[in-house]
Amino acid sequence: MVEILKPQTSEQVVDAIAWASGEEIPIEILGSGTKRGFGRPMGDANRTVAHAVDLSGFSGITLYEPEELVLSAWAGTPLAEIEAAVAEKGQMLAFEPPRWARLYGEEGGTLGGMIACNLAGPRRVKAGASRDHILGIEAVTGRGELVKSGGRVVKNVTGYDLSKLLTGSFGTLAALTQITIKVLPSPETIETVVLSGLDDEQAIQAMSVALNSSHEVSAATHVPGNLSDVLPGGGGAITAVRAEGFVPSVGARSAALQKLLAPFGATSTLDMEASKAFWSTIRDVEPFVGTDDSLWRLSVMPSEAARIIAEIGAPAFMDWGGGLIWCQADTADAASLRRALAAHGGGHASLVRAGEDARRDIPVFEPQPAPLAALSTRVKDSFDPRHILNPGRMYEGV
Amino acid sequence: MKMPDPDVDVIARREDILAAMQSLVPGEGVIADATGMAVYESDGLTAYRQLPLIVVLPETVEQVSAVMAYCNAHGVKIVPRGAGTSLSGGALPAADAITLGLGKFNRVLEVDFENRCARVQPGVTNLGITHAVEADGFYYAPDPSSQIACTIGGNVAENSGGVHSLKYGLTTNNILGIEMVLPGGEVLRLGGKHMESEGYDLLGLMTGSEGLLGVITEVTVRILPKPTTARAVMLGFESSEAGGQCVADIIGAGIIPGGMEMMDRPAIKAAEAFVQVGYPLDVEALLLVELDGPSVEVDYLIERVREIAEALGYVSMRVSESEEERLQFWAGRKAAFPAIGRLSPDYYCMDGTIPRHKLPEVLARMSKLSDKYELGVANVFHAGDGNLHPLIMYDANKPGELERAENFGSDILRLCVEVGGVLTGEHGVGVEKRDLMEEVFTENDLKQQQRVKCAFDPNQLLNPGKVFPTLHRCAELGRMHIQRGQLPFPDIPRF
Ligand SMILES: Cc1cc2nc3c(=O)[nH]c(=O)nc-3n(C[C@H](O)[C@H](O)[C@H](O)COP(=O)(O)OP(=O)(O)OC[C@H]3O[C@@H](n4cnc5c(N)ncnc54)[C@H](O)[C@@H]3O)c2cc1C
Repeated sequence: MVEILKPQTSEQVVDAIAWASGEEIPIEILGSGTKRGFGRPMGDANRTVAHAVDLSGFSGITLYEPEELVLSAWAGTPLAEIEAAVAEKGQMLAFEPPRWARLYGEEGGTLGGMIACNLAGPRRVKAGASRDHILGIEAVTGRGELVKSGGRVVKNVTGYDLSKLLTGSFGTLAALTQITIKVLPSPETIETVVLSGLDDEQAIQAMSVALNSSHEVSAATHVPGNLSDVLPGGGGAITAVRAEGFVPSVGARSAALQKLLAPFGATSTLDMEASKAFWSTIRDVEPFVGTDDSLWRLSVMPSEAARIIAEIGAPAFMDWGGGLIWCQADTADAASLRRALAAHGGGHASLVRAGEDARRDIPVFEPQPAPLAALSTRVKDSFDPRHILNPGRMYEGV
Repeated sequence: MKMPDPDVDVIARREDILAAMQSLVPGEGVIADATGMAVYESDGLTAYRQLPLIVVLPETVEQVSAVMAYCNAHGVKIVPRGAGTSLSGGALPAADAITLGLGKFNRVLEVDFENRCARVQPGVTNLGITHAVEADGFYYAPDPSSQIACTIGGNVAENSGGVHSLKYGLTTNNILGIEMVLPGGEVLRLGGKHMESEGYDLLGLMTGSEGLLGVITEVTVRILPKPTTARAVMLGFESSEAGGQCVADIIGAGIIPGGMEMMDRPAIKAAEAFVQVGYPLDVEALLLVELDGPSVEVDYLIERVREIAEALGYVSMRVSESEEERLQFWAGRKAAFPAIGRLSPDYYCMDGTIPRHKLPEVLARMSKLSDKYELGVANVFHAGDGNLHPLIMYDANKPGELERAENFGSDILRLCVEVGGVLTGEHGVGVEKRDLMEEVFTENDLKQQQRVKCAFDPNQLLNPGKVFPTLHRCAELGRMHIQRGQLPFPDIPRF
């Protein structure tokens, strides 16, 4: 039985973690728990995690100033609530947060969970990930101390950027309590230029031509025929690039992109509504939703993506112009998959979905070289010396 | 400004240390005579000067690693240095520390257009990267005004920004990977050519860490295709309120310009007197808005900006009609520092950031402070992202003026913090703002930052005396104060 504490103020989070730290009791840090399937199973035979701090009740937007492009909220605020609030003012979270919950058969997700996992959608190629939009954080460390970093302004180098360090730390360093992020204006319109029937290698070339042009491509994906059924207009292989912005500009850039991509075959376009539907499918990794099959996420050198996919030989599609590969490879092939990456320019592979045993036996996150692993452990120790926060979720013993 | 007392024991061992350095870095890579070291005695914050113990200029990562390992084993401190343009004293030497200059790491190692990145050594200048890729239509986006001189290693250490950062981000958003050497001599790579670095975001942490965590020996930067067109709009307003409102309305209309800079009357006057680019002299605020992208977009946005400015009753407006004219508009802004330098024997450049809508209030209060301290101040302002650069004019030869200028500066930064901003937007804390850190951070905040420092540099040998107002030993910081007892929180809901 897991005892769940649901603090609703920073002081309560401090109390809960200070107690756990004092008693050396390992605890799980939760948002809405939709991405629990991502990461190593916590604890081990000697140390079961029997307590959780659930931040989903610690919710609400505390500041939103559209003209300043800034929003703060408690960590447990549902992402949907935030996206609705900014959409009302014609704004968005520019890194296009994906709904990973769906990969685990769940719905929803909190701001804290999104930041703790450093999520990013197709616009990563242009706008970056969560980490590029975080302005400030308040969090309770594994020592039970409330610390803050950053602020509410875009430009800030006052002290170390602990906000970035905590983004993507999967609750292993501190429990995030309040988060301040940058918001940006939503595009006036969107148009997607589509090519059909390319193989992976041709697709990489086409996406590279588009991304290397001055037409400000904000997303580039390729889905092979065996995975494109879930896409609007799917069936065969689809390669798509997106232009967004002001109406006259998007029209001009889309036309230019069609011309530029003509050597790769006939092009067609998706209008704003069709584009939204298309890109949310890519964003939410729909080709791999609705199964329990093991799922890998590979961050690679874009130019090598086709060769890596060929070497792995499992169903896969690409986002980020090839920089991101989603791939349904068997967990038994973990080692050869990671070797393929290393042989093709490096990068890293994360096991995003798999059964508990597999996630215990196979490193979920890319194993690090010894000096880097040692440094990561020292960083962990600096926040959480007794390893009580989400112990083992990222690396064994961390 | 008080720097830590030099370690007399280290100074007494100078000859041994020098011999060791000469064996590790052969040839002309070690400078030990006072004349040779004099060029390193200060950085862009020239009010502070100090000769280093020894200057070492390694050429390879193996040499950097060997120097660091030696220093770590022998308790010798190290101050990393790029071009020495830091405005916060980040590269200020210490009498008991080696200054480790990265100037010889000056090669562009690889340009990879397919992956839109370049691998460069840390001593390559910011502009040098753009020069290496511009023939193919690319550029490196963050563009500090010091870009001819400052190095990419220094840019990473300071998380530098520039006019284009409003739309294209700061250094931290434009690098993919680094190679670095830890104080113990271990060589690490963070990130690479892929878009996301793995594990904890140590790359993000290193960016802006002011040379306190490790020495950067290689940087992989993102390069971007150049926009096809760029044009600038120059707007004059009769009040800073109107100028500030124009900035807010442009952003409110969903427009993120390539650059958006503001100058106040003293800065406009100084710049115009210096470069004669046709700035209007009868306005309180001058706004430069650069729009870039395909020409249809630029034309369209210029019209939108014109409408917004018209509604606010601008005093003057000009749109650049040629590349030459665009550069001319910027010439005054870019020359603002030397322009002030002509009016005043010395000037002191501040770097606070504020929420944009606080601008009129901050300018009004700054002008009161200017009266109080009897020192002039001119303002240039990265208006789009709320980053102020007040330039305080003083004369260091007049007794007490430097101190007055520093106190004036500190009051400005306190004001920035008071209205919801921060001490530094892009120049770093260094020694300059070190003692103001407690205005922003609690003791807990600062101790946690120092614990992170200890994770990298347990002997606290890298860039001593910078950033942190109070030093604690790592062992003391690591200690836990444990309160044991029953669940002390009956009020937290449980399930
Ligand atoms: C006229 C002028 C205009 C400026 N304009 C801008 C501007 O528009 N925007 C802006 O952001 N800044 C600006 N600056 C400040 C300065 O140029 C930047 O901070 C720049 O990044 C410093 O680079 P540098 O190579 O000179 O570094 P240095 O001054 O040599 O060092 C700066 C810091 O970085 C550390 N460091 C340097 N190299 C390394 C390395 N390889 N590894 C680890 N640590 C290292 C040093 O220890 C020090 O703490 C300006 C400065 C001047 C003088």
